[in-house]
Amino acid sequence: MTVKQYKEVLAKPLLEENPITLQILGICSALAVTSNLSVTLVMCVALTSVVSFSNLFISIIRNYIPSSVRIIVQMTIIASLVIVVDELLKAYDYETSKKLSVFVGLIITNCIVMGRAEAFAMKEKPFISFLDGLGNGLGYSIILIAVAVVRELFGAGTLMGYEILPLVSNGGWYPANNLLLLPPSSFILIGLMIWGIRAYKTDQVEPNEYKLSRHATAPDLSKRELNV
Amino acid sequence: MNDSVLKTLTVSFLVCLFCSLVVSYAAVSLRDMQNLNKLNDQRIKILKTAAIYNPDETIEAQFSNLTPKFVDFSSGELLDSYGEYDLDTYDPVYFSKQPEHSTPIPASEDIAIVKNKENIGKIYLLKDSSNQLEKIILPIRGYGLWGTLFGYIAIDKDLNTIKGLEFYAHKETPGLGAEVDNPKWKSLWDGKSIYKDGEVQIEVIKGKVDPSNQMAAYQVDGLSGATLTSRGVTNMLVYWFGKSGYKETLNKINYDS
Amino acid sequence: MFEHYLSIFITTVFIENIALSVFLGMCTFIAISKKIDAAFGLGIAVIVVCLITVPLNNLIYNSILKEGALAWAGLPQANLEFVGLISYIGVIAAAVQILEMFLDRFVPALYNALGVFLPLITVNCAILGASLFMIEKDLKFGESVVYGLGAGVGWAMAIVVLAGIREKLKYSDIPEGLQGLGVTFIIVGLMSFGFMSFGGISL
Repeated sequence: MTVKQYKEVLAKPLLEENPITLQILGICSALAVTSNLSVTLVMCVALTSVVSFSNLFISIIRNYIPSSVRIIVQMTIIASLVIVVDELLKAYDYETSKKLSVFVGLIITNCIVMGRAEAFAMKEKPFISFLDGLGNGLGYSIILIAVAVVRELFGAGTLMGYEILPLVSNGGWYPANNLLLLPPSSFILIGLMIWGIRAYKTDQVEPNEYKLSRHATAPDLSKRELNV
Repeated sequence: MNDSVLKTLTVSFLVCLFCSLVVSYAAVSLRDMQNLNKLNDQRIKILKTAAIYNPDETIEAQFSNLTPKFVDFSSGELLDSYGEYDLDTYDPVYFSKQPEHSTPIPASEDIAIVKNKENIGKIYLLKDSSNQLEKIILPIRGYGLWGTLFGYIAIDKDLNTIKGLEFYAHKETPGLGAEVDNPKWKSLWDGKSIYKDGEVQIEVIKGKVDPSNQMAAYQVDGLSGATLTSRGVTNMLVYWFGKSGYKETLNKINYDS
Repeated sequence: MFEHYLSIFITTVFIENIALSVFLGMCTFIAISKKIDAAFGLGIAVIVVCLITVPLNNLIYNSILKEGALAWAGLPQANLEFVGLISYIGVIAAAVQILEMFLDRFVPALYNALGVFLPLITVNCAILGASLFMIEKDLKFGESVVYGLGAGVGWAMAIVVLAGIREKLKYSDIPEGLQGLGVTFIIVGLMSFGFMSFGGISL
C-alpha cells in the first residue's frame, strides 16, 4: 500500500463519499446533540475512536471469524468499545455524559460503524482499515461540527460557551434565532448542506425517476402550438 | 475452513473472554470516580443555591458547612435519623417513586403535577461559625412545559426571604423555558418574599414587575415566550411552600428558634 | 390504572415520537420511505420487534443488571449495569433472528412481506434506543410493554406519513441538488417541527 493510497482512503470519506451526506449513514446521533458545540465535539471523538478501533480489531481477526457468527462477533467488539468509551466519559467528563445520555450507547447501532466493518474491515488489512475508520469518523465529524457551529452561533450567540454575538436578552444587539436551538433545525441544515455539496459535486445528484415528456412545457397559444 | 463447530465455539469464546475482560476492567477501575462525580454533581448545585460555591475549594470541605436533616412531611419534624437510611446519600426523589415510602397526591391538591410525594424529605441547614442558622436549602420540583423541573431554593433565616433558586434538571425549550438557567433571571429572586399573612404569595408574573406595585416584593419577571414554564415555577413554589410541602416544617423551625 | 397506561402510550406516540422528536432510526427511515407499502411493511416489523424486545430488556435489567437486582442469587452488592448495552443488543439480535425463523416456518406469507426488513431492524437505532430510554425512565414491566408498543407505533406512523409525502412529491420540480436525499431531510425537519406542537400536553 502506497502513501498515496493511504491518503486516498483517509480523504475520500470527507467529501466525495461522506458517510452522512452520500451514504445516509449515522444520522441518528447527528441531530439531537448538535445544539452545543462542545458536546458535539465529544460525540465526534467518541464515534471516530469507536469506528477506527473497531475496524482495526475486526480486521486483525477477519480471517478467523466463522461466517455464521460474523455479525454477532462484530457487534460484540463494537459494543465492548462503546461501553469502554461510555465508562470513560462518565468518569472524566460527567457533565457531557449527562447531556449525551443514551446517544453514546446508540453508537453501537450507528450504521457507520457496522457499515464500515462489513464493507471494509472484513476485507482489508488492519492499518488501512484503521485509516478508513478514521476517515469516515472525520467525515461524520465535519458535518456534525458544521451543523453545531451554525446552531450554537446563530441560535445562542456563543461558541464553546464563549459569547460571540451578544444576545438581546443579555443586553446586546443580536436577537437569537431560537428556531436553531430546536432539534428539527439540524435536519433542515443538513438538507441545505447536501444541496450545497451536490451543487459543487454534481455527480452525486440523484436523477429523476421519470422522464419529462416531449410536451412538458406549456404551449404558446399565439404561435398556434397546440399539440393534440 | 472457518465454519467447523469447534472453530465457531473457540472463536466466540475467545472474543467474549477478551471483550468481557476489557469491559469489566474499565467499569470496575472507573467506578469510584463515577460515583464521586454523581455525588459532587448534586452537591455543587446545592452549594450554588446557597451561594457559597467556591471552585477553588474541595466539594467535601464546602459541603461540610451544610447540615442535612430528614423532614417528616406529616408532622413537619426534623429528624437526624430515619430507619437505616444514610442521611448523606438519601435521595427524596428516588423514594417518591417507591410505593411504601411515598403518598400519591390527590389531583385537586397537585397543582405542580408532582404525582407522588415522598413521606420523608431532606433539607439542608446552613449554619454560620457560631452555629446560628443562616439559610435553609429546600429541594423542589414541578412540571413545566416538556417535563418536570428539579431544583433547590434557598431561604433566609427569617424563613420568608428567598436567597437563591437553581434548577439542576429540566427539559424546557432552549432560549425560552430554559432561561430558568439564565443568571440574570436567577438573580431576580434574591430578596423576594414568599408568605404574606400566612399565605403563599410569591408569583412569576407575565411581563416585567412594576416596582411601584404594592405586591412587587412577591413578584418575579416572567420568562418571555415561556408562559407554561413560568406558571410551572409558580405552581411548584405554591405547592412546596404550602401545607402539603414545607410549611409545617418551617413553622416548627420558627417555633423552636 | 388504564389511564396511566393510556397516557404513556399517547405520550410515546405523539409527544415523544421516537422518530420525529428524538430522531432515532433515521437511516432506514429515510432509505425505505420512498414507497408507502415498503414503509408500512417496515413499520409493522418495527412494532413487533419493539413490542418483544423492550419488555424482555426490562426483565433482564430488573432481575440481573440493576444494582441489588441479583439479591435473589445471593449477590446483593453486584452492579452489572455496565453490561447493559451489550446484553440489550444481544437480546435484540436474538429476538430478530428467532422472529425471522418463526415467520419463515409458520407464517411464510408474512415472511415474504417482512423478511427482507428484519436484518435491517437489528441495527435500527430506534429499537435499541427504545430499550435505553425505557431504562432511563425506570419503567415497570407493564409500563414497558405499553412503551414498547407506543415507540413502535409512533415510528411506524412517522415513516408511513413521510412515504406518503414523498410519493406526492415524486413529480414535483425540485432543484437538482435537493432531489432525493436533500428534500427528504427538509421534509422530515418540517414534520418534526409540526410534532413539536404536541408539547405541553400533560396527561
